[in-house]
Amino acid sequence: MPALSEFELVKERSRQLRGSIAEGLADPVTGAIGEADTKLLKFHGSYQQDDRDLREERRKQKLEPLYSFMLRARLPGGVVTPAQWLVFDRLARDYASSGLRITTRQTFQWHGILKNDLKPTIAAINHAMASTIAACGDVLRNVVSTPLPMQSAAHAEAYAWAAKLSEELAPRTTAYHELWLDGEKLVGEPEPEPLYGRSYLPRKFKIGLAIPPLNDIDVFAQDLGLIAIAGDGRLAGFNLAIGGGMGATHGDPTTYPRLAEVVGFVTPDRLRAAAEQIIAIQRDWGDRGERRHARLKYTLDRRGTDAFKAELERRLGFALEPARPYRFEHNGDRYGWLQGGDGRWHLTLHIESGRLLDRGERRLLSGMRELARVHTGDFRLTCNQNVIVANVEAGDRARIDAIVAGHGLDGYRRQSAIRRHAIACVALPTCGLAMAESERYLPTILDRLEAQLARHGLLEAPILLRLSGCPNGCSRPYLGEIALVGRAPGRYDLRLGADFAGQRLNRPYRENVDEPAILDALEPLFARYAAERSPGEGFGDFLVRSDVLGPARQIPAEGIA
Amino acid sequence: MNALVAPEPLPATLDPEKTALLARLADGLAPEQLYWVAAWSAARAGQVQRGVAPLESPAADVAAARLTILYGSQTGNAKRLAEALAGRSESGGLPVRLVRADAYSHRELARETQLLIVISTQGDGEPPDDARGLVEFLLGKRAPRLPGLHYAVLGLGDSSYPQFCEVGRQLDARLAALGATRLAPLGEADVDIDQVAVPWAARALEQARERLGRAEPPVVRAATVHALPARGAYSREKPFAATVLANQRIVSRESERAVHHLELSLEGSGLRYAPGDAVGIRPTQPPALVEQWLQALHLDGTQEVTHDGRTLPLAQWLGRERELTRLSRAFVAAHAAASGDADLMRVLRKEHAASFAQLLASHQPIDLLRRYRAAWPAEALVAALRPLTPRLYSIASSPRAVGEDEVHLTVARVAYEAFGMPHWGAASAFLAATGEDASLPVFIEPNERFRLPAEDRRDIIMIGPGTGVAPFRAFVQDRRESGARGRNWLFFGNRHFTRDFLYQVEWQEALKSRALHRLDLAFSRDGAHKTYVQHRLRERGRELYAWLEGGAHLYVCGDASHMAKDVHAALLDIAVAHGGHSADTAREWLADLLTQGRYAHDVY
Repeated sequence: MPALSEFELVKERSRQLRGSIAEGLADPVTGAIGEADTKLLKFHGSYQQDDRDLREERRKQKLEPLYSFMLRARLPGGVVTPAQWLVFDRLARDYASSGLRITTRQTFQWHGILKNDLKPTIAAINHAMASTIAACGDVLRNVVSTPLPMQSAAHAEAYAWAAKLSEELAPRTTAYHELWLDGEKLVGEPEPEPLYGRSYLPRKFKIGLAIPPLNDIDVFAQDLGLIAIAGDGRLAGFNLAIGGGMGATHGDPTTYPRLAEVVGFVTPDRLRAAAEQIIAIQRDWGDRGERRHARLKYTLDRRGTDAFKAELERRLGFALEPARPYRFEHNGDRYGWLQGGDGRWHLTLHIESGRLLDRGERRLLSGMRELARVHTGDFRLTCNQNVIVANVEAGDRARIDAIVAGHGLDGYRRQSAIRRHAIACVALPTCGLAMAESERYLPTILDRLEAQLARHGLLEAPILLRLSGCPNGCSRPYLGEIALVGRAPGRYDLRLGADFAGQRLNRPYRENVDEPAILDALEPLFARYAAERSPGEGFGDFLVRSDVLGPARQIPAEGIA
Repeated sequence: MNALVAPEPLPATLDPEKTALLARLADGLAPEQLYWVAAWSAARAGQVQRGVAPLESPAADVAAARLTILYGSQTGNAKRLAEALAGRSESGGLPVRLVRADAYSHRELARETQLLIVISTQGDGEPPDDARGLVEFLLGKRAPRLPGLHYAVLGLGDSSYPQFCEVGRQLDARLAALGATRLAPLGEADVDIDQVAVPWAARALEQARERLGRAEPPVVRAATVHALPARGAYSREKPFAATVLANQRIVSRESERAVHHLELSLEGSGLRYAPGDAVGIRPTQPPALVEQWLQALHLDGTQEVTHDGRTLPLAQWLGRERELTRLSRAFVAAHAAASGDADLMRVLRKEHAASFAQLLASHQPIDLLRRYRAAWPAEALVAALRPLTPRLYSIASSPRAVGEDEVHLTVARVAYEAFGMPHWGAASAFLAATGEDASLPVFIEPNERFRLPAEDRRDIIMIGPGTGVAPFRAFVQDRRESGARGRNWLFFGNRHFTRDFLYQVEWQEALKSRALHRLDLAFSRDGAHKTYVQHRLRERGRELYAWLEGGAHLYVCGDASHMAKDVHAALLDIAVAHGGHSADTAREWLADLLTQGRYAHDVY
């Protein structure tokens, strides 16, 4: 067994995620908390960040960096009631610096919360019957689930499972209550957690549940993907797909994005046990010496998927059933009004980069607040950073449309296809990992690409663009037909050739290039696509078929050295 | 400051009374003066050993034959004038004794025959710290009748405050009421001190000389405890052109009020300073302000104007020679006369003192010029305006830390909108806009009343919100470099934590390295309730009182009009809450700290 990484020791000694967070919060001299505590804080749903635009300026001003906290809610399946929405909106205006941010994992983030405001914000979120616990950290993260409730009955059942897993597999530590909700102070040493022990997981763990034919949650990018299998209009069970993950490190071939492998099927009554045991094996087998290799995907490639499955069946005491057939159509969102099986209506709105903020005519934050005031159904956040106004009675549609149009929320009606489907991570100025711009660059690169596409008559071609400020992959860039992965300010890796269904990874096409080089590289490809594509053929599929990208390298053929 | 007593390891050779007398004598003396005393003592010791006659100094005789000059000084102006007076008396052969007000025994007053008092007025009519006891005694019931006394009072003040020269006025009136006779009428000197001080001094000294008769060599020179401080090549009158090494804004871009950190080179000046001192700057007022004046008065800036024998273009008179940003009663009166405006006339009347104070606090002269139109000939304008006085900034560095040739300042840039137009401060806007490598006319203004404890094991408590933190940066640097053993506790406050935490990173480092032991913060605009340093003082009252009981020195720097008073009130409350004091004994306790030099102010 290699030596434990430093953070493993921090976790182990943290007294179940307490560390010295309380002392750090109380220190009036700095807007930050202790270095080790920043890592523990993630388990509570928050990242310490600073405004990187201001770092140098403030250094000269003899001021510390402008520290603030990103806070992330845990919203299983992305479901938000109108009452919750109004609370989250108020918190965004009272405490955050840039509105509400819909994440690629179906939840909200608030950025720019000052240290002293962290506790009241977290308390208010909990008061609204939501939480932030385990929204980040080496634990089971927010469980995502196909949000569009088209097949009402099956969707309701599937969502209930997502919520159940999210709830039951969350950490049990009382540190959360103690720190944020004025819970009783623990005296003495805490008991280790039943599932997570003293050291929690080696790395984050993501569960996503997709209801075919929609793969809008990118089920193969999850550590554990659940593919709902319906039978007779009811939920029959789930195919289990394990070992997906996006993150990689530039220049380190032992790290790579990987799609999950389908290993079998379980009926709903066995789901909880299967999920728990998969997490438990990863807890026991995962690499705790090197965080870069700690995700389940590396565990599988190191120990073998067969061995993992055998261990799973041994621990469960039963064998997995053979996987059942399924078919995904695509992994984007379906914009506009759609009617569900029960007759109610759902309106999917496109929110660029998931950022709800008032900017000039586009008063997205205010518009959503107005909707929350009148809406009688609920809201669903999507993994593509969008929002669904769900369960609308037919008679309410006109009123909803008026609010949407009145606040500039109706971009989906006019935008080009590439703009509607693009997603981008937050990156600069708040994300500490960002190497290049992402969210702030998206409008610019979209303008450039639209101009190019317009010249080729491709404005209506649904091309999936994903933009990321670093290779860690929050925007799931390795599943974009076109992806830009940040390497340095203004420079990106250009990756091409994923499908539009989340079932094929893209491949590097140009490395570390600037905008002109990116546009130059794409120009002839757009030209050929416009001229040579088959009817209905996606850009990524075309590139693969026409052999533009050369032979695919089998992943994980790169393997771990 | 600290009483000077015999070095500790020696057995006590003086009885307590003599020790106390010696301590009072030495208190407040500058190093060169103390060395002079030491030299005198050594010479006297030799005389005693050789059997030379004892010092004959019957107090009554001495008092009858000499002139006593008392001063109460906060920023050093009164002290400087008193020293100059003493120097002139001495060189004119008058036996003279120069004493700081708090080193003066009140019992001696009844025996004085010739007394000159130079005293400033602070803020809203307060005496300087070192004269609080004397003023209280004189105005109080215990003051003796003084039929044999001849006296003159020179008050110093700033007529942009409503209670101009109030303390001087009170003393002058009170001494007359006690039966004393004026040598000269009360002098009320404004910021252009010499205009009043020079004729007053001439008159008072002449009268004193007449009464003391012609000069005989003074019997006891030993009583003249102040030697005149040595003057360097550069001074207030002849400032040094200091190169700007750095000029850095030290509040964030969102801050409502710009604060700049300036680093100046003193290389080649021979100027020396100690933590607690101030740098005086002779500013050039903003050209845009001069332009406002010229436009408001329809005057031509290039017009040559002769005043006091000097001829300069009007724009230069205004920008560099005349006070444009502070309103004085004299100017309001002159402008009222020039404009013939009834409202303005009325506000000058005594019964409208409150309105007048309000006017002074909220208006700059330009606001009056624009509101009450009047034709001002250029010569008359220059004559009516007060000379531009240097601006003083508490030094924010210790020479031990940054080198003797460098000095740092913390400058809040005064710039705001009022009455629909931009307003500026006389110097701060000029300083904030100064580029690196430019030079500034500077001098050092010593502040003996604001010094680190002589004993390095003493704890210090520093209360310095806003730019009041400047001297404490110097203190902490100095104590760090000298390896002082006492603890350092800073109270700092400002508007916003993320924007206005002056020198934040340095304080964090000082806490880590134990150069600073405690730091309490109050950011008034961050929470639902405005929190100021005095709230933090109260919260920490128990420990604060314990530190003071343990001999700590307390320093307050910053805003005089509110903060210093609120801090004072908080300290009284703390003494009651944690020291078992009554309201009365708490006042005595604090007065005692003041007298001991353990409660020092640098407020403005």
